Amino acid sequence: MTMYALIVDYQPGVCETPMTEWDPADIKAHMNYYDALNKELMASGELVTGYALTEPSESTIVTSDGTNPPVLTDGPFAEYKELLAGFQIVDVESRERAIEIAAKVSAVPAPGGVPIQQPITVRQVMGSMTGTDV
Amino acid sequence: MSDRPGIEDLLRTLAPQVLGVVMRRVGDFSVAEDAVQEALFAATTHWPKDGVPANPRGWLIQTAVRRTTDQFRSEQARRRREETAAALDVPPVDVPARDDTLLLLFMCAHPSLTPASAIALTLRAVGGLTTAEIANAFLVPEATMAQRISRAKSRIKSSGIPFQMPDPAELPERLRSVLHVLYLIFNEGYASSIGSELQRTELSAEAIRLTRAVHALLSDHGEVAGLLALMLLTDARRPARTGPDGDLVPLDEQDRTLWDGRLIAEGVQLINDTIGKGAIGQYQLQAAIAALHDRAVRAADTDWPQILALYSLLERMSGNPMIALNTAVAEAMVHGPAAGLSLVDGLEDRLAGHYRLDAVRAHLYEMAGDTDAAIKHYRAAAARTASTPEQRYLTTKAARLHAAKRS
Repeated sequence: MTMYALIVDYQPGVCETPMTEWDPADIKAHMNYYDALNKELMASGELVTGYALTEPSESTIVTSDGTNPPVLTDGPFAEYKELLAGFQIVDVESRERAIEIAAKVSAVPAPGGVPIQQPITVRQVMGSMTGTDV
Repeated sequence: MSDRPGIEDLLRTLAPQVLGVVMRRVGDFSVAEDAVQEALFAATTHWPKDGVPANPRGWLIQTAVRRTTDQFRSEQARRRREETAAALDVPPVDVPARDDTLLLLFMCAHPSLTPASAIALTLRAVGGLTTAEIANAFLVPEATMAQRISRAKSRIKSSGIPFQMPDPAELPERLRSVLHVLYLIFNEGYASSIGSELQRTELSAEAIRLTRAVHALLSDHGEVAGLLALMLLTDARRPARTGPDGDLVPLDEQDRTLWDGRLIAEGVQLINDTIGKGAIGQYQLQAAIAALHDRAVRAADTDWPQILALYSLLERMSGNPMIALNTAVAEAMVHGPAAGLSLVDGLEDRLAGHYRLDAVRAHLYEMAGDTDAAIKHYRAAAARTASTPEQRYLTTKAARLHAAKRS
């Protein structure tokens, strides 16, 4: 088994409308799709963990030289669209399986049931044991 | 064969009693606590198969004490002995029954521990939960929780916190710490601050169980009764608080027929018997407010003037800006949204950036019919909350108003 991070950022996919302007039924369908997928991955024993992060506007950037008090700023940020929105860690048999799960995440429904097609980055987690002891 | 839930209840009840005895015998809290955990674990393994021994308390004490002496012997010998000890029924020991729940709570909820440590230690030492169960409830890795508990135990050791009742002079303050820890455990279960599950009921149930135990020992203490009543009256609404998809359902939209009438009756009785008898305290006031909500058959029947009066009193007593925010909501329900909003404005400095400030503003603007302002504040609240169900609720509120505006 190998662990992969499936990373979501703020690239909108095919839907530019913010969720607060969606039809409430579309929000429900979107959320239920995620819930069902997470339950499925939990049942298959593949979901390690998953987190959504709070808004980038609420974050703080900390820099320190190790001696002086840390410097705290709330910007400048990288391009908003490229910021981390959330991630799941899955523990799967193969890279193909991780890609298959990422495809499901990307196809989460937008208004009208259209798959949103948000790009999901699949990256292997370091420290996973891939070989066997010799 | 014995049923597993029955055994678990029995073990949870016996855990603090056994720990008290072992603690006195061994003199080291940390060693005694580890040994009792091992004994509890042995019991969960063997009792369902072999039946509950005639003297379960004696069995646990004996097993735990044996574990502490085992620590001085070789690992191999220990393992062999454990296997035989587990196979044989341990002869019961004759120890007078006494309840050390309160002493242990005073120790585990000591003000020199951080709240997180006090919560974890209370659940393990007094609640009899395993580290894995506690870690699971707080969504952290087991190793992290084990470390938190172990640090709490060394802190107890290094601060020389005694295993005895506090001095009478210290007692009120120390009891306040105990009640606060129980309140935090309940709240963590009821309104989880993290993660996607809205309610982690096992924590609420455990907080209620422990508070019941404290109430049984200090039945004429007003704030103990108040806290228990508050928990019961709040927990009674749990079945109506989440929708079929796990969505948060606000109080005024809940199906009140789903509320647990038995818990409400018990909570109302408890608070009625308590309030006005001695010094009034914050838990009693909160319980009285919860009782007013619970007794309204429909949301429209809610006695808001009475709730406003109680919140104003509570606000003066606590100085807590979150309570003041609730006062603002009650004010709006009695005197209209504009009156509520002007109270909220006064809290800007103390609650700046907190999502509930925006959530309450949004709600009051919605009441006032100012849809644009309501949408703006629902959005801001949704962006600021760290709770997934709250975020879903607030996003949907904004979306609903947006949709209504279009049509």
